[in-house]
Amino acid sequence: MPKMKESFFEIRILDELALKETIIHNLHPLSKLLVTVMYLVAVISYDKYEIDKLLPFISYPLFIFILGEIPPAPLGKRMLISMVFVAGLGMFNPFLDKTIKIMVGDIPITGGWLSFLSLIIKSGLTILAGLLLVATTGVDRLALGLRSLRVPSILIFQLVMVFRYITVFLEEIDKTYHAYMLRAPGQTGIHFRAWGPLGGQILLRTFRRGEKIYEAMLLRGFGGEYHPGRLKRPVFKDLLYLLGWAILFGVFRFGNIPAWLSTMGMGVIR
Amino acid sequence: MHMADALISPLVGGVMWSLSAGILGYSIKKVQKELNHNKVPLMAVMGAFVFAAQMINFAIPLTGSSGHIGGGILLAILLGPYAGFLTMASVLMIQALFFADGGLLALGCNLFNLGFFTCFIAYPLVYEALVSKRFSQKGILIASLLTSIIGLQLGSLGVVLETFLSGKTELPLGSFLLLMQPIHLAIGIIEGLVTAAILSYIYTERRELLERKSPSGIIKGISLRKVLLILMVAALVLGGILSSFASEKPDGLEWAIFHTSGKEELGSPQGIHEVFSNLQEKTAVLPEYDFKTTSEAPSRIINRGTSLAGVGGGLLTLLLISLFGYLLYVYKQRKKNI
Repeated sequence: MPKMKESFFEIRILDELALKETIIHNLHPLSKLLVTVMYLVAVISYDKYEIDKLLPFISYPLFIFILGEIPPAPLGKRMLISMVFVAGLGMFNPFLDKTIKIMVGDIPITGGWLSFLSLIIKSGLTILAGLLLVATTGVDRLALGLRSLRVPSILIFQLVMVFRYITVFLEEIDKTYHAYMLRAPGQTGIHFRAWGPLGGQILLRTFRRGEKIYEAMLLRGFGGEYHPGRLKRPVFKDLLYLLGWAILFGVFRFGNIPAWLSTMGMGVIR
Repeated sequence: MHMADALISPLVGGVMWSLSAGILGYSIKKVQKELNHNKVPLMAVMGAFVFAAQMINFAIPLTGSSGHIGGGILLAILLGPYAGFLTMASVLMIQALFFADGGLLALGCNLFNLGFFTCFIAYPLVYEALVSKRFSQKGILIASLLTSIIGLQLGSLGVVLETFLSGKTELPLGSFLLLMQPIHLAIGIIEGLVTAAILSYIYTERRELLERKSPSGIIKGISLRKVLLILMVAALVLGGILSSFASEKPDGLEWAIFHTSGKEELGSPQGIHEVFSNLQEKTAVLPEYDFKTTSEAPSRIINRGTSLAGVGGGLLTLLLISLFGYLLYVYKQRKKNI
């Protein structure tokens, strides 16, 4: 089933990218997590008509893509897929808000188009920031970073375990579903008579696997506590990375770089 | 139904994050207190099952199309509301991180819409109320159907309200509701029927999985209702404080200037700043981000000068970022080749 295989490969790609050894990958996960949260808050805090002020924020994903050696194609593809819902809601804006906000030469631009474009840019930037965090950190190190923020260990344990078993289940359910579909040519999905038996059997197998995993964990000394391991302490470069981006985001957010550049640029031209 | 970061404002995102984090904290305490160790891996595999099961297409009779399940209801029924909510949180976190399906700041909204309404409203008030006395195939069908419909209707209502309050789309509330609620009614019916079919099968094969008593809503005398009430009040206070900041001082820089200097704008520059300011005034075509004017023009809604300066500034910013990216790339390549 293409959807399951696609998901499987997407997880593998991000998981493998996180194993790279670059200057970004070697940063403390907590530092990267905090920078990402600051970035997201700054990007979504803009008014719906403010497009130009959003543009300096493109520098952050660009920086991570290049220094983290992340190939843009897989992340870009995921970004476009995830933007569909936002674009679907935003496409009503040009029809509903027809007040002319700016003129580019003689072409009037309405508020609806501006807010639509702003929504698309914000959506793209926020999606990329999240994906880049995972692609340069990985789920295990991210879990350690969350633990250092005092996030309860049971939640982190769930996160890591669900992530590890997703690939196992995707493969298993794909096999079952594929076997069914080969015996049901021309059908768009599982016939309603088989909803219960097929879905139920997969679920029962899930329960049995849960029991087996628990037994295996007991044999390895599991006593109900999850120990995610230790994370090295943040060093100077981690603090510098955090502070550097905090200052830059502050300048981007509270200053107006396009306006400054415009004023200077026009001055030079004159 | 997953909301993206771009659809929410920081205010709505912050309030929903605080609400969901509070409920999550309560659920974690409850799970740690009441759950046996053997449920921990079960929760994990159930999370993985729900994730993978969302990709199975179930053919819808007489329509020629197919649908899939969301899984929130199944989690609540098979694990109980607290463990179900915790498992849903981990699934949503993975979907947000690896598939950009719902944003990180919107995680609070998504957890509330997809987890809270199903686990703490639809499950206890509908499912438990309908099947608590006696399990039967018919009872499971009716309870699953109603629980799914109500859970999904409340969830989509949450999406509509959170998006509307964030003010990012121009869709009027009525039209947005008309767009979202009927489609989620159809989705709810399908999810309810598929859930009922799976649960009926489980009922015939391993009845004990469904008949376990669900945990009560109390931790050391603190009821979930009380926790929710405190969280609601906290969210309202937080929302009130943040929104008053937003309405009175839209620009953070102006707010900071006002509080440090006591003025909304800094005064005229003096000394070296004055010299440079005058120089910039003389050389700039677009002082104050606008075209120079020689006479007092009447104020207009559309300012061509500002528009052109904005577009020009935006293009210059993009050019500068591209240059920055190019230089960074060249530096990286050179370093690699050494």
